[in-house]
Amino acid sequence: MAVVFEATKGLTGKPFHYCPGCTHGIIHRLIGEVMCELGILEETVSVASVGCSYNSYEYFACDAVQAAHGRAPAVATGIKRNIKDKFVFTYQGDGDLASIGAAEITHAAARGEKITAFFVNNAVYGMTSGQMAPTTLLGQVTTTSPFGRDASYQGYPINVSELLSNLTGSAYIERVCLTDYKNIQAAKKAIKQAFLAQQANLGFTMVEFLSTCPTNWGKEPLEAMDWLKEKMLPQYPLGVYKGADIDFKKLEADFKAARGGENA
Amino acid sequence: MAKVSFNDDLCKGCGLCVNACPKKILQLDNSRLNNKGYHPVSCTDMSACIGCAFCATTCPDVVITVER
Ligand SMILES: Cc1ncc(C[n+]2csc(CCOP(=O)(O)OP(=O)(O)O)c2C)c(N)n1
Ligand code: SF4
Ligand code: SF4
Ligand code: SF4
Ligand SMILES: [Mg+2]
Repeated sequence: MAVVFEATKGLTGKPFHYCPGCTHGIIHRLIGEVMCELGILEETVSVASVGCSYNSYEYFACDAVQAAHGRAPAVATGIKRNIKDKFVFTYQGDGDLASIGAAEITHAAARGEKITAFFVNNAVYGMTSGQMAPTTLLGQVTTTSPFGRDASYQGYPINVSELLSNLTGSAYIERVCLTDYKNIQAAKKAIKQAFLAQQANLGFTMVEFLSTCPTNWGKEPLEAMDWLKEKMLPQYPLGVYKGADIDFKKLEADFKAARGGENA
Repeated sequence: MAKVSFNDDLCKGCGLCVNACPKKILQLDNSRLNNKGYHPVSCTDMSACIGCAFCATTCPDVVITVER
């Protein structure tokens, strides 16, 4: 028998501190797997944010820097502009990216920074115990919208992928989810495509992951997956919002050819 | 012939793999507690495993290794 699935070397192996069933763990693993499969682990710098994934730098086996709340895209910009041949990604929650860090992500995308943002949208501030986020759904009960988010008082959810895809500087933006095997594989493909687009200097790249927060949603992990499918998908449709015309097969072939040449 | 093995002490008993398994051969073992205090998952009939790795792909805590 051959091993068909084992822990990736793209992660350090330190046990995750996330709650049972939290999809942060699946996203971490996929990013680790892609870094290994592309062979870029030693050339990648991650930028951790503030939120439940504040210490993602302890889990990713690449180099890492920690940024202040919302500022990861600015830190990533500085790194990428100075070491242009490295892969640089941020890992940010929706509170971090769409609330306190709304300016940084918007301007990084507008400037067409050659970085990748991995954006974990769980419709809530997870770490600080479940306050309303910009991405919280209408009617969703959180600790700061105890009667459900009311548009007349708390405004409407922000669809970040749609918003940033309107900026000329963004090159590739896709929204994915992790509710089953097929969607998890699609999410992995999106991560790979984001790195390939970054490598080809096409511009700003982002993958938005619809993610669960069973703890603050007050749901069992499986129930949370169902809630995501039923409630989040209508507000946040999956798909490629920018870069649908990119020939990723060619990018990958070129990338591999260049690598083969290097190693030869 | 396929086989799944579990890094028991990493399991948080979330049940996502139990739901993902097409052969329905995974269940949380209520007779055991791991170091974290969760009932870890276990396989009830290894001979029925097809090595699809749906379980391992869904696991948020990298608990499962699959051989085929
Ligand atoms: C400057 C600053 N303001 C506020 C906080 C408190 N705070 C910590 S995490 C967080 C929100 C995290 O939510 P999100 O980015 O959605 O991540 P999640 O925990 O949901 O993954 C907030 C407001 C902080 N640490 N620093
Ligand atoms: S609070 Fe929510 S986002 Fe944070 S680790 Fe727990 S389930 Fe995940
Ligand atoms: S590999 Fe497939 S059949 Fe075997 S336990 Fe996992 S999900 Fe079930
Ligand atoms: S998915 Fe992973 S953590 Fe959850 S019950 Fe299965 S093995 Fe345990
Ligand atoms: Mg969040």
